[in-house]
Amino acid sequence: MQDHDVQPSGLTRRRVLGGMGIASLALMSSRASAQQTVDLHVPGGPSTRTITTSYPQKGRMILQRSSPPWLETPFEVFDKGVFTPNDQHYVSWHWANFPGDIDVDSYRLTVRGQVNQTLSLSLTDILGLPRFDIAAVNECAGVSRIYFVPRVAGAQWANGSMSNAIWTGVRLKDVLDRAGVKPGAIQVRFGGLDEPVIPDTPKFLKSLTIDHARDGEVMIAFAMNGEQLPLLNGFPLRLVVPGWCAVYWIKMLNDIEVLDQPDTNYWTTTGYRVPDTPHNTVKPGETGFKMVPVTRNVPRSFITNIRNGDSVPAGTPASARGIAFGGDCGVARVDLSIDGGKSWQPTQLGADQGTYGFRQWQTQFTLPARGARTLMVRCTNTKNEAQPDFQIWNPAGYLFNTIETTHVVAA
Amino acid sequence: MLRAVLPMVGALGLVLLPHPGQAATITTLKSLKLDVPTSDAMFPAGPGSDAINNNCIACHSADHVLNQPSLSREAWQEVVNKMITAYKAPVSADDAKAIVDYLVRTKGAS
Repeated sequence: MQDHDVQPSGLTRRRVLGGMGIASLALMSSRASAQQTVDLHVPGGPSTRTITTSYPQKGRMILQRSSPPWLETPFEVFDKGVFTPNDQHYVSWHWANFPGDIDVDSYRLTVRGQVNQTLSLSLTDILGLPRFDIAAVNECAGVSRIYFVPRVAGAQWANGSMSNAIWTGVRLKDVLDRAGVKPGAIQVRFGGLDEPVIPDTPKFLKSLTIDHARDGEVMIAFAMNGEQLPLLNGFPLRLVVPGWCAVYWIKMLNDIEVLDQPDTNYWTTTGYRVPDTPHNTVKPGETGFKMVPVTRNVPRSFITNIRNGDSVPAGTPASARGIAFGGDCGVARVDLSIDGGKSWQPTQLGADQGTYGFRQWQTQFTLPARGARTLMVRCTNTKNEAQPDFQIWNPAGYLFNTIETTHVVAA
Repeated sequence: MLRAVLPMVGALGLVLLPHPGQAATITTLKSLKLDVPTSDAMFPAGPGSDAINNNCIACHSADHVLNQPSLSREAWQEVVNKMITAYKAPVSADDAKAIVDYLVRTKGAS
């Protein structure tokens, strides 16, 4: 079995057939041109995007929006290992007013509200608290929205508004304990330095229940993959809510408010909502369902070494590999189908790098005869929740996790 | 085709991740002073382009809209309503109509 740990073992790991897809090859060979593009191959609207290297501390990224930045991780990055390099960790901001200039000496994190003692913590204070590491996927609730049929408005993310990192920071619980949470506290609300352009626009804030906030896993992170956070990923402090959608992972965190009343701000009561139905899915045009906030991530899996349109040899064993994650729990198994979902074969899972992180999988398969073939990959998480084989749809385009399909030609 | 791809794959294999550090290693953070790019791109000229340029690109660049899929008039109306009611964009009724018409004309779907 090949080494599927975090460190790709150089060339030996690249013997796998299939490799990079046609689109990636075209991308690489056009490196000399002034402006590279990537084709996301989706009907119903513009499908090409510019590849940008213009953003500070960021490498090659898919430009979904210039300002405030939406920068998507190019999909080929996910074939290199389970941890996304910091310079290709995706970027998403709601509001354009956030500083590019942050002084670590004067930065303060305030803890206020229903606490015995209001705190104003310096970064030195934070770095002096007991710290821990946790691997976790930071995934936008709107990931893969571009694949909704019919299409819906919103950030037109393909599969790259997700990234995995080892986060280093302190327990939110420890910081709350230092302030002393008063009896009657029910929620904790988080805000960052980002401000809307128009004063009346609702500031971006999100809340967790007091029990979730004190579960010992929710982190105030000051590092990812062993380095301080890139500015665009929330330097100097970011909330990490393992297993939950990235909307909760407040960047440039500077304000923690303990509440004894339910949070009534727009982002908690109105924004980021999905139908309260199985798989949060409804039929287009359907009405009469209750809406609830997005919370947990859902299981996903991807083939990363074979892309749509690739040629795979018929009659001889080939390798497939990729990544999976369980959402708000671990990966139990990943299965591959080479016959369009009629039958499934188990794959071998790589090392467990953390419950909330990506896990690599790999397997051998043999396409029996020449012709068009459909590969599918399905993650089942440790709560025995599997990716659905039907098309997920909801009005705002959240929590897509339909089984991925890769069309190849056996030759 | 497949063979042609392989050398490229090998070259990419050399791009390795730095090994993630341990929790104990970071002792200080360094201040940052960085320029984050913005965009001054305008919407393609046409009926209503003044209205959409004047009302929309203060909060987000034009590519936010230009990358959207083709949508029905009803869906575009809903988007513009959301900007006004949820996000408090100060858009006059006349401009809102001109913006919806512009979007339907340039990015409409039945």
